Amino acid sequence: MLKQLLAAVALVASSAAIAATGHEVHLDKAPINLTDKESLQRGARMFQNYCLGCHQMEYQRYSRTFRDLGIPDDVGMEQLAFTAKKVGDHIKNAAPKADLAVWFGAPPPDLTNVARVRGPDWIYTYLRSFYVDPTRPFGVNNEVFPLVGMPHVLQELQGVPHKQHETRLVDGEPKEVYVGIVTDGTGELSTEEYDRAVADLVNYLEYTGEPSKLESRSLGIKVMIFLLIFFVLAFLLKKEYWKDVH
Amino acid sequence: MSNAPVDHGRRRFLTIATSVVGGVGAVGAAVPFIASWNPSEKAKQAGAAVTANIGKLEPGQLIRVEWRGKPVWVVNRTPEMLETLKKVEPNLRDPASDEPQQPAYAKNQHRSKKPEIFVAVGICTHLGCSPTYKMNDFDAHVEGVASGFFCPCHGSTYDMAGRVFSGVPAPKNLMIPPYMFSDGDILTIGADEGTA
Amino acid sequence: MFKNLMNWIEYRMPFMEKMNLHVMQYPAPKNFNFWYFFGSLAMLVLVNQILTGIWLTMNFEPSAERAFASVEYIMRDVDYGWLLRYMHSTGASAFFVVVYLHMLRGMMYGSYQKPRELLWIFGMLIFLVLMAEAFMGYLLPWGQMSFWGAQVIISIFGVIPGIGDDLTLWIRGDYVISGATLNRFFALHVIALPLVLVILVFLHIIALHEVGSNNPDGIDVKRPNDGQPVENNVSDKFTFHEYFTKGGKKIIVDAIPFHPYYTVKDIVGVVGFLIIFCAVIFFAPEGGGYFLEAPNFEPANPMKTPAHIAPVWYFTPFYAILRAVPDQLFGAIFMFLAIIFLALLPWLDRCSVRSVRYRSTFHKWNLVNFCISFVALGVLGVLPATPTYTLFAQIFSFTYFAFFGLLWLYSKNEKTKPLPVRLS
Repeated sequence: MLKQLLAAVALVASSAAIAATGHEVHLDKAPINLTDKESLQRGARMFQNYCLGCHQMEYQRYSRTFRDLGIPDDVGMEQLAFTAKKVGDHIKNAAPKADLAVWFGAPPPDLTNVARVRGPDWIYTYLRSFYVDPTRPFGVNNEVFPLVGMPHVLQELQGVPHKQHETRLVDGEPKEVYVGIVTDGTGELSTEEYDRAVADLVNYLEYTGEPSKLESRSLGIKVMIFLLIFFVLAFLLKKEYWKDVH
Repeated sequence: MSNAPVDHGRRRFLTIATSVVGGVGAVGAAVPFIASWNPSEKAKQAGAAVTANIGKLEPGQLIRVEWRGKPVWVVNRTPEMLETLKKVEPNLRDPASDEPQQPAYAKNQHRSKKPEIFVAVGICTHLGCSPTYKMNDFDAHVEGVASGFFCPCHGSTYDMAGRVFSGVPAPKNLMIPPYMFSDGDILTIGADEGTA
Repeated sequence: MFKNLMNWIEYRMPFMEKMNLHVMQYPAPKNFNFWYFFGSLAMLVLVNQILTGIWLTMNFEPSAERAFASVEYIMRDVDYGWLLRYMHSTGASAFFVVVYLHMLRGMMYGSYQKPRELLWIFGMLIFLVLMAEAFMGYLLPWGQMSFWGAQVIISIFGVIPGIGDDLTLWIRGDYVISGATLNRFFALHVIALPLVLVILVFLHIIALHEVGSNNPDGIDVKRPNDGQPVENNVSDKFTFHEYFTKGGKKIIVDAIPFHPYYTVKDIVGVVGFLIIFCAVIFFAPEGGGYFLEAPNFEPANPMKTPAHIAPVWYFTPFYAILRAVPDQLFGAIFMFLAIIFLALLPWLDRCSVRSVRYRSTFHKWNLVNFCISFVALGVLGVLPATPTYTLFAQIFSFTYFAFFGLLWLYSKNEKTKPLPVRLS
């Protein structure tokens, strides 16, 4: 009976793993590093230039971004914060919310926490998975987020993206399989540069999702070292007292 | 059960060592709780420096600027007002501003950067009321002095440099905040060349 | 001087006397093992939840408009706010980890059996209040999971025939989950339930100290004093409170004073626990998406359900039972029965031997069956309800309840091993 039970548990657990990874598009691992300040700064610039027109960061202040990314307040205000009056303002745009909802079919979501909701890999793959689709209102569709209401705002960087298929054998039968995106080369950046730029943006979004993360890690290491010392002492103390009992 | 004698020295050492380390841990654990009572980023941003244009401030006129939720007075003092500053000194509690109630650059007779422009937090140092500016009728409170500040709560009096008179409840001169001038007429309150 | 003051206080409120009774001269069996850490750890987590909870209320704003933003404010603008918040959110999950292991300990060593039935009932009440507390607390951040999780669980009350719809309306105080629901949950979460919880914990400990702690061997450490000396008895070295020796009528065997022996031992357990607890707080506060679920970083939106909603992990075993039963009403009934049966253990188990060490092989396997069923149901509860998973959930629901049925049947005439005379 036990064997059967264990087999059943193993089956449930393995199917859980399948359900967790999902049947959707394979997500590329976002090559991000929160300690890379220059990447974060480039990401912040990308966000200000390409995202802030429609999206906001309702919970993140410019002052926090500047401080954590090592940007002097006056430089940041001049070069990054076009719409803000004060350095303590939240990163918001002046776009009329109701109009945006009408234009895009849904209000553009707030992006402060987007990396915690979707995960960095999802955003990294999503921003590199737009392709030309004349049936869509903005002329583009997305492999990761089909029928998305967002235009491909990074097209000037990437170039015009086309979906690539290949004929491959799947279970012994030839099938058209999605293999990725190829651009026409009209973008300002090469494919590698574009991937790098998107990674910078994702890095910044990962940072804004949890600005305390780096502080948390460094404090955590100290706490761990302290607790290990405490543990050794407490263990020796216990041993010493329990000599009375054993 | 061993019957070996207890090593009291080792036991005491370990007890003390564990207690000390545990105590350090307790203090460490208290840090986030205590630190979270500090002004938050929101409060700090709300308490950031404010600016005012004082180009149109007429002689004798007082304007109030809100900084950190408190009234900050800016007065354009007339030459007569500045003259009386010397005259009242024998009647003041702290005429030389020895109490640290002002930045170093305001530790002078007129307690200001520019002699005519007076900047001070308009809160009585006694119990926190905001005194009234008596431009011409101050002699009702201090004989022979035309202008000054009078606190209606408990009758404390200050001269035109915010220095407290002797014999009133208020213990100290009015607080002078850090401030600086830029582009001629722009006054920034809450920051000066040292902090900016 | 100091001594006089102490005597003055002692005369009016016998503080030292109570300390002796419950700590310094309390006889605790000498053979507590790893499983006995979880009681004191539950206490530690309770204190952590109360302290961090009080501090969170200092900046949290319980309104539908501000709740989500105020949590982000705590996470970003308040000094160490992120740490206090993670301590609280991780503490919620840690509470259930610790309590589930504490309950399993009780089941293994028969700690619910006579004379500890009332102690067990208080424990079950603590568990129930804890679930209510966790459920209401989860609504407060006002994220997508807060909203839809509460939606699903409140809807469970709707299956009660006749009054269901009116009852859910009354619980919500609105036609949907709204600011009204949030405000009442906030009040219950921060004041009412913690108060009940603390009182129940107090009663749990009083009940424990009245009957004495059980132990891995499940035999008593207090026995009538027949005047015969007990060989090699470690307890002879110590003084125990006369409340436990009944003025010499009882002799205490193989027990040691709680302090210092179990205080120093529990410190080891506490620090060991803190190492794991802090590792989660500082390096993985989302707990792999199980302690803080990803959709909860999006504000509540009554117009849009997240693609996949699952309750927080500690409710999933019961949630899986709810979903496994094809009928809505019976699903809810079985879910509640799953908890009721646990509370009835002292009467379902008719065996006089407590510890699994000396019980039949069949009982051991039945206990293994219970653990596997519970964990499997927990895993199934976070998965989407496909036909295959539903079938599995039905099988494990059956084995879960079978544990109690079988226990009742075989425990009456169970073939047990001889009990030892002394603690091992």
